[in-house]
Amino acid sequence: MTRALRIAGIALLAFAAWQALVTLTGLPRFILPGPGLVFGTLWTSRALIAEHAVVTATEVLLGLGLGAVLGFGSAILLAASPLARSVLRPMLVFSQAVPVFALAPILTLWLGYGLWSKVAMALLIIYFPVTSAFFDALMRTPPGWLELARVMNAAPSRILWRIRVPAALPGFASGLRLAAVYAPIGAIIGEWVGASRGLGYLMLLANGRAKIDLMFAALIVLAVLTLLVHAAVDALCRRLWER
Amino acid sequence: MIDAPALHLSGRATIGGTPIFGPLTLEAPAGEWTCLLGPSGVGKSTLLRLLAGLGEEVVFDGDLAAGDGAPLQGRVALMAQSDLLLPWLDATENVALGARLRGEAPQRDRARDVLVRVGLADHAGKRPHALSGGQRQRVALARTLMEDRPVVLLDEPFSALDARARARMQDLSAEVLAGRTVLHVTHDAGEAARLGTRVLVMSRDGLADVPPPDTRPPRPFDAGDTLAYQGKLMRLLMEAV
Ligand SMILES: Nc1ncnc2c1ncn2[C@@H]1O[C@H](COP(=O)(O)OP(=O)(O)OP(=O)(O)O)[C@@H](O)[C@H]1O
Ligand SMILES: [Mg+2]
Repeated sequence: MTRALRIAGIALLAFAAWQALVTLTGLPRFILPGPGLVFGTLWTSRALIAEHAVVTATEVLLGLGLGAVLGFGSAILLAASPLARSVLRPMLVFSQAVPVFALAPILTLWLGYGLWSKVAMALLIIYFPVTSAFFDALMRTPPGWLELARVMNAAPSRILWRIRVPAALPGFASGLRLAAVYAPIGAIIGEWVGASRGLGYLMLLANGRAKIDLMFAALIVLAVLTLLVHAAVDALCRRLWER
Repeated sequence: MIDAPALHLSGRATIGGTPIFGPLTLEAPAGEWTCLLGPSGVGKSTLLRLLAGLGEEVVFDGDLAAGDGAPLQGRVALMAQSDLLLPWLDATENVALGARLRGEAPQRDRARDVLVRVGLADHAGKRPHALSGGQRQRVALARTLMEDRPVVLLDEPFSALDARARARMQDLSAEVLAGRTVLHVTHDAGEAARLGTRVLVMSRDGLADVPPPDTRPPRPFDAGDTLAYQGKLMRLLMEAV
């Protein structure tokens, strides 16, 4: 309750500062609209914005889910197999030298203007953080536990699944928390490059028609969406692994 | 009757060129309880770890074998100096960890029995963070007893216990581990006086054999010969370098 109040207080303060900036600088409304105007637009265009927000949210959640599964699997593979480590790890690191943004046009070319090119962008952007956070945690199992398992004659696969993986889940969780913030970035870039739906598309459209208030309204919804996804992932991780 | 081999270790150990212990020769007779004492840092845990097949960082120059010539691998249980409980498992699951890691049927009932015997009946469902230091140590002891191995290496197993719990755990361990080859590292002269059929004091010069009373352990802690021996051992530890 106090937390909700605090957040509301901070939001109110931010809007006050925003309004003050508009008033003091006297910027025209097609450069910087005030909060009143933006929230007015948010209300009058709520159906339009909601329709596009649902599209972006779907892209983000699909990308997040697939990226989490792929990152989980890749980290396990890397941790379990020295061969995979020596072959795949340099490739993974090298792939990070390619800016993911630059891949957006190619993905659109391959996967089309629909949902999947955005899902792929979100996935690509979170894959590395998730994989490396989980992999690092898998490689840092407290040595005492591994020794205990060895004296107990445990098979390597059981050491992996019963000790290393559970011990590394907090690391996986921190990768996922990062991913929750990154995934919307991927989806939006995907939409900018080529889309007919989604908040990123709506922002471009509004910009082109000089509807700066609509652009800001979409931006606020996007920020709220990101915060909600992050909070949901955070709550899920806490529930599952950090009781 | 358990087929417990003697332990034999003779040689010297270094880590990264720094001498840790030795040269020394240790013999732990088959089916007997050997206590190992000595100042902190003299290499007791390192020696135990070597016998358990651990310590990749240690360069050991010498031989290390079971008296029957068969490999020790798979016949040893080690209770390390820290409890090494897995925080995501409750006490019962921690005690039953060995079976779980080997893919054997989990013996939850037996694990619960052992927990009852170490006095943790009311704590069987708790996770380690909800246990006290002494309780955690008893869970680790239960996990070691649960392994049912012929060779048991104990590294300061009762150090976190109050006097009463300590005496009880000594009695319990002596009973459960009777007939097994036990090598027990301790800093407590009274503990060695109660439990050892052989008592060794480790120093930089090697091992000194300090024969305990020839009554069967566990000896009463207040018996005259136990107390006299405890005093003698204490004196020796005070004079050791
Ligand atoms: N991994 C390591 N790298 C370098 N030195 C080590 C390592 N492990 C132990 N040592 C050193 O080896 C020596 C013996 O350590 P060990 O843990 O065997 O002592 P200990 O006799 O069990 O002491 P305590 O009674 O305090 O448990 C110490 O001086 C320690 O600093
Ligand atoms: Mg030690």
